[in-house]
Amino acid sequence: MERTTLDLWVGAFVVGGIVALAILAFKVGNLSSYNVSESYRLKASFTNIGGLKPTASVRSAGVLIGRVTEIKLNPEHYEAEVTMSIDKRYQFPKDTLISILTSGLLGEQYIGLKPGAEDEMLKNGEMIKQSRSAVVLEDLISQVVANKAEGVK
Amino acid sequence: MPLARSIKHIGHRTINAVWRVGMSTRFFVLILLNSGLSFRRFQLTVKELFFTGVMSLIIILVAGLFVGVVLGLQGYETLKSYGSESALGTLVALSLVRELGPVLAALLFASRAGSAMTAEIGLMKATEQIAAMEMMAVNPIARVVAPRFWAGVISMPILAAMFSAIGVFGGYLVGVVFIGVDEGSFWSQMQGAVDFKHDILNGVLKSFVFGVAVTVIALFEGFDAPPTAEGVSGATTRTVVQSSVVVLLLDVVLTAIMFRGV
Repeated sequence: MERTTLDLWVGAFVVGGIVALAILAFKVGNLSSYNVSESYRLKASFTNIGGLKPTASVRSAGVLIGRVTEIKLNPEHYEAEVTMSIDKRYQFPKDTLISILTSGLLGEQYIGLKPGAEDEMLKNGEMIKQSRSAVVLEDLISQVVANKAEGVK
Repeated sequence: MPLARSIKHIGHRTINAVWRVGMSTRFFVLILLNSGLSFRRFQLTVKELFFTGVMSLIIILVAGLFVGVVLGLQGYETLKSYGSESALGTLVALSLVRELGPVLAALLFASRAGSAMTAEIGLMKATEQIAAMEMMAVNPIARVVAPRFWAGVISMPILAAMFSAIGVFGGYLVGVVFIGVDEGSFWSQMQGAVDFKHDILNGVLKSFVFGVAVTVIALFEGFDAPPTAEGVSGATTRTVVQSSVVVLLLDVVLTAIMFRGV
């Protein structure tokens, strides 16, 4: 085969491979939602995080604004300490309420931010004071069962 | 003594197997040491890229589309009973990108391109072309083997990425266009679940490792084949069988390392 046709085919093949990878990265994967814009970090502590995992989404009013970067147990008062990276375009007041929510009945857990009314904004690395832990289904069920049992007596 | 004979037989096969593993490892190192020429005269590699990569395109694309369609149909059947049809996109994309894309593309590559490589080199040896090269002080590893190796290693990740991409399209075709899963949730749940580093790059890494394994096996079997018609045919069969087993074995190891559920 002539050299130029060979080059053409192989070139098309390699370009096709790169296009396929780009499709995988942007259409199938989450590379498009990786923040190109700068981000800042916020922290919060919870008594129970349920099934929250690193890379879980952080949403406010349903809009994706960041991701959970780190989860660890604070060895002093045994609370879970969650670090998040938030898009710099979105600033939140000091009295923001942070809670762990579930999408759907058995869906993935994510973090919801409900902004308060204060004028002062949260700074990089600051701790969110008000937090509401995850609803653990087992606790809920055992509470209901206990209430029923009391009702029988 | 039939017992002694069968023990001897086992011993012979074990020694032979260990010998082959050692020789193919040395062969692999030899290829790496002699691969300067395949980059200095890149045209040699380009020519092999055409035969291993471009000529494998049709089977990879058709197989990928069919696998995606089947995943869409089967996934929908199963997810329907949990009422979570919208997770179909996640199921199709994750199974293709993490597993089926690299593994099936490597298996197809082994039988399409690997067997051809073995037969070609085996026949070159049988017709004493390799010996003639050595006579002319041309290093056959650098001139014949290394360009084929690099062509295989380059084309394998490309083929796997194409397999996954067209498979996702097949799943989309069946799930969204024919069955009628909601298009928005199909893509958005998929994008929410597939991580670029953890899933896509690991899939590319897998296919790269498979590419190295398949081409080394194919080239070694070809180079090692007895120079007879029977020898070449046996070597071709061994290439397909061994590289399929090795790909699946490596897949277990790589999956255990990459996806430990952390």
